[in-house]
Amino acid sequence: MAEATPKIKILKGAEPDLSAATYQIHDESHTIGNALRWMLMKNPKVEFCGYSVPHPSENHIHIRIQMYDNLSSLTALLTALSDLDDLCVTIDDAYKTSFQKDEFERWDEKS
Amino acid sequence: MASTSYARPSSSQLPPSVFNPRRHVNVQPERVSDVSNTEYPGHYPDEDHSWDLQKFKQTLNVEVKRLSQRSIEFDLVGVDASIANAFRRILIAEVPTIAIEYVYMWNNTSVIQDEVLAHRLGLVPLNLNPALFDFRDASGVPTDRNTLVFRLNVACELDKSTPKGAPKQYIHDQVTSGDLEWVPQGEQETAFGDRIPGPTNPNIVLAKMRPGQEIELELHAVKGVGKEHAKWSPVATASYRTHPLILLNPSMPVPPHLAQKFAKCFSPGVVQVSADGEVSIDEHNLRKESMSREVLRHKEFEGCVELKRIRDWFIFTVESEGPYAPEALFPESVRVMREKIANIRRAAEALLADADGGGGVGADGDVEMAGV
Repeated sequence: MAEATPKIKILKGAEPDLSAATYQIHDESHTIGNALRWMLMKNPKVEFCGYSVPHPSENHIHIRIQMYDNLSSLTALLTALSDLDDLCVTIDDAYKTSFQKDEFERWDEKS
Repeated sequence: MASTSYARPSSSQLPPSVFNPRRHVNVQPERVSDVSNTEYPGHYPDEDHSWDLQKFKQTLNVEVKRLSQRSIEFDLVGVDASIANAFRRILIAEVPTIAIEYVYMWNNTSVIQDEVLAHRLGLVPLNLNPALFDFRDASGVPTDRNTLVFRLNVACELDKSTPKGAPKQYIHDQVTSGDLEWVPQGEQETAFGDRIPGPTNPNIVLAKMRPGQEIELELHAVKGVGKEHAKWSPVATASYRTHPLILLNPSMPVPPHLAQKFAKCFSPGVVQVSADGEVSIDEHNLRKESMSREVLRHKEFEGCVELKRIRDWFIFTVESEGPYAPEALFPESVRVMREKIANIRRAAEALLADADGGGGVGADGDVEMAGV
């Protein structure tokens, strides 16, 4: 490998206006793939979204996004990423609030 | 199998939405049905299921339930399985820790082979906060910011002070993790001096020896993640299960004379039997139900009960094994997740800037690959 693999690339066969495209995300797995797929499917402008891990020994995932109304799938991807980030912040806050409330059982675990 | 007849019991303390059949995974004798969430835009007519942060904030519920020195149990309610699973996977494979990676064998005359000993050393959990360290970069050059050095220097001897006739006693016949000596490098002495770096457990047996045998090694510990090797995983286990739910059919109560038998089909404490043989569910103990499906094997209980799981109610159990306090692990997984998202975002934004620059689509109609 002469040059570094890009984090994201658009695979061959995408619509010129990116209303339908498959993105290859390098160094990611089901962890991000499935979560991102879910968030993209929550977007009413997304006609179809699916992800795959093409081969277990290739360190990347494919995300296919098809849009209604010829909208850009790249914009949808960016929106989904920031929504996913909001979700993480919300969960983190809720966890910390719950922990600070200190309403849980403490027990002694023998190791 | 309409669930409409299985309404919420009037005495229930659980939130009403728990009894919403859309949240239920159906546990049947030989299979599980309704596994997937269907709340996507366009799936139900006249219902909007597009992403709404405010709505999500209202329905999300995180509750820490139990905490010990090494494990935590908490509920994560109101998220999709893909999100819960992302955090679980990150906890196991992508939260960084420090572990021994390079072992330089100066001498090893014990019976344990070099490579086996090196492997055992790698698996010893170390007590260092990984946030204080950098990952080694591609050049692999060790510095005081990315490498920690230990020495293991032990020789076994006969204990000469043992009285004659008594069984032989040895000194250092067991090499344990407590024998690892930290060798501070550069600024490490001042940075970590207050808490000596070493194994979290000093009693892990690494090798056994007899007089005349010795081990002399230098060890370099580096930062890594569990997806490269399990020795860098910060958890012993990180798992979730979905909350069980038992729905009794009000129009077909369990016959009083079979109430005890019915109760025995469930985990202890889950089903209560009153003095006159009436059966009810103890909602406090409901989470303890093992979902053995034993009740579904008995003909006499057919139609009396339905077994469910609540699809978006995840009971996480995380057991720490390493430097993190159990309660610190989940926030760490959220941090890693956000880091990953930020990484992809940066790349996607670069891609967008490229596309807007007019160079997005090549002459052959294909979108050009963008370098990042």
